Amino acid sequence: MANKGAPLLSVEHLTMRFGGLVAIDDLSFQAHRGDITALIGPNGAGKTTVFNCITGFYTPTAGRIALAHAPATTAADIETLTNSGKRWADTDSASLYLLERMPDYEITAKAKIARTFQNIRLFTGMTVLENLIVAQHNALMRASGWTILALVGAPSFKKAEAEAVARAGLWLEKINLIHRADDPAGDLPYGDQRRLEIARAMCTSPVLLCLDEPAAGLNPKESLELNALLRTIRDEHETAILLIEHDMSVVMEISDHVIVLEHGAKISDGTPDFVKNDPNVIAAYLGVEDDEEAAAEAEIDRLAAAAKSGPTGEGGVP
Amino acid sequence: MTTPASTSRTPSTSPPGGNAQAAIGEPSAAARAAKDALTTALLVIGLGTPIVLIQTQQSGAGVTLEWRFGLLASLAAIAFAARFLWLTLIAPWLATRRPLEIGARLSPTTLAWAKRAVLAFVVLYPFIALALAGKGGAIKWIDNFGIQLLIYVMLGWGLNIVVGLAGLLDLGYVAFYAVGAYSSALLATTVGLSFWLCLPLAGILAAFWGILLGFPVLRLRGDYLAIVTLAFGEIIRLVLINWVDFTGGYAGISGIPRPTFFGLPFNASDEGFAAFFGLQFTPLHRLIFLFYLILALALITNYVTIKLRQLPIGRAWEALREDEIACRSLGIDTVTTKLTAFSIGAMFGGFAGAFFAARQGFISPESFIFMESAVILAIVVLGGMGSQLGVAIAAVVMIGGTELLRELNWLKQVFGPEFDPTKYRMLLFGLAMVIMMVWKPRGLISTRAPSISLGEAKAVSGAFVKEGHG
Repeated sequence: MANKGAPLLSVEHLTMRFGGLVAIDDLSFQAHRGDITALIGPNGAGKTTVFNCITGFYTPTAGRIALAHAPATTAADIETLTNSGKRWADTDSASLYLLERMPDYEITAKAKIARTFQNIRLFTGMTVLENLIVAQHNALMRASGWTILALVGAPSFKKAEAEAVARAGLWLEKINLIHRADDPAGDLPYGDQRRLEIARAMCTSPVLLCLDEPAAGLNPKESLELNALLRTIRDEHETAILLIEHDMSVVMEISDHVIVLEHGAKISDGTPDFVKNDPNVIAAYLGVEDDEEAAAEAEIDRLAAAAKSGPTGEGGVP
Repeated sequence: MTTPASTSRTPSTSPPGGNAQAAIGEPSAAARAAKDALTTALLVIGLGTPIVLIQTQQSGAGVTLEWRFGLLASLAAIAFAARFLWLTLIAPWLATRRPLEIGARLSPTTLAWAKRAVLAFVVLYPFIALALAGKGGAIKWIDNFGIQLLIYVMLGWGLNIVVGLAGLLDLGYVAFYAVGAYSSALLATTVGLSFWLCLPLAGILAAFWGILLGFPVLRLRGDYLAIVTLAFGEIIRLVLINWVDFTGGYAGISGIPRPTFFGLPFNASDEGFAAFFGLQFTPLHRLIFLFYLILALALITNYVTIKLRQLPIGRAWEALREDEIACRSLGIDTVTTKLTAFSIGAMFGGFAGAFFAARQGFISPESFIFMESAVILAIVVLGGMGSQLGVAIAAVVMIGGTELLRELNWLKQVFGPEFDPTKYRMLLFGLAMVIMMVWKPRGLISTRAPSISLGEAKAVSGAFVKEGHG
């Protein structure tokens, strides 16, 4: 939790419409370096849509998503880049990226954001090791001289490939799958596949790791292992984590910062303890009390009656 | 296993059809098979009545009907016997056998030796043919079986990059073969370039057309991609037919110069190959040379594909076949990845086309019909998508098999002089496809060899490997 100066990721006035449906409505939040930020909310709150906007799978209808690698970046830098019309500014002092302008693969390759999926998307027909090597594609592609140098057997590529394998081996040891390196990824049990997908995302050396429900379908033991893995990533690598999760034991245990969404809008934002006791959050998750609900219904009826009598009361159109 | 009581439970010891003893009152296996076979025979009679039974005969002014009861009855009898034998003998025998997986049950050393033996046979093939069939008979064996087959092996390997590795279903591959053949032929006949210059140029031009096709289809997947590539193949063919000034239309291009042996032409002149080496002139020299040329081209295709599979680009192709969205989430530019697959696949098609033009000396649009694309795709699918060995075996079986039909002229003595076995080519082709799809839906070799391994590489079962969505 080194420097909490400028936010790593700042989402400002993000709006996403699908036809007439407003999935995200003017959402603003920040994720900081060295933090695990959790995005929670009831089903259909728009969490995965936020993820898809950040990782470039959707182009937002409106809003700005800025990613600043260096803490020295200022708000003025972001404004300058926005006005310049460019997608990123890559200077020594500040590497700054406007994600809403970038295609998905570029966000991973340049802005260094990696993601996992709600329904695991491993390359099932490739081995565990191959999955982790494919994740290092861009670095290996450069080392292979865009294939040409490697085809003639350049030693620099051999070296880069050995490093990639070593890196993959390191992650396989971290997720306890080194003994299954040469097995097809599709042959692994579900919990192992979840961890392998996280390791694969980490092999792209991200500054921000976006996890879409990493604990879904895990048993309590696997959930604990996952917590440990996520803490390791936060503490030992310069990678912040943004995660969507329904499992509150995971969220409250490991998050530094929680953002609660409902109907595409933010209803709470703060530390886990703050969010846990926020009446808005309790109402969203548990529903409101009976008498409050009755009061709300009475209010709605009153408004509806007023709306109905409105035009007629005015005398209407002749 | 040691307890005697368990013997009745182990399936391997129960004889075929032995389950008849299980229930009293149930008909025996033979009776059930007879009943089933009778149904089959009735089905044949039902289907055959409109198709086989009545034949119209042109006689003078009118048409008379000929009733062929005997033929229909014999067909029904054959169906009955075949079905009965299948149910009583063949099916139980197959059930006791383990499913066959080429390569899986052989040890790596055996496989390596088998590969070397096959390669040695192919390299010595022209001389084996010469020794066995003599100078007259060897022409057919080297040309029709050797060269023809190797062209299809090469085309299969080229398409394997696009379909088998990258998972992009391309139904118009013959277009690149045509581009290679025509560009090489035109460069040779109008500009006067030699074959050895035309060959790389044809490959480059075909690769360029591969990129050109790649751009519009980048966003398409599966069925849509297949339809657009099919249309592309037809467009190329129609342009070749209708742009008469440039391509010669249906008449095609003739007089394409033959490849030379380091400048020595294969003719009877004093500067020819035979004269230079002090040999007696024979057309076999050129054939043997062409055989080794296409063998070298095919082996280069194979070598490059195997090499590319172990490089980042090849792994990206296979990852693309497995899951395109996951690829993009890992920072892989799927646009360039698809375009490289299209262009490299097309390039090998172009090389094969240039060779084809030089070998024939004459090309016309009729050599580049959709059927060719379908045959090449069938070779890739039957061989097992992505497997180099499988594609080679499939090409040998499909093309060699249909060529062998020409050798079945003795059947005329059985079925009469009207009988032409080559007419049944497509029927057998279709039958082979159906049987393969039922027996081995993922092709002859469905396992995938990993491109890199920490310990000992283990083949990945076809059950995990995806076929791509487009």
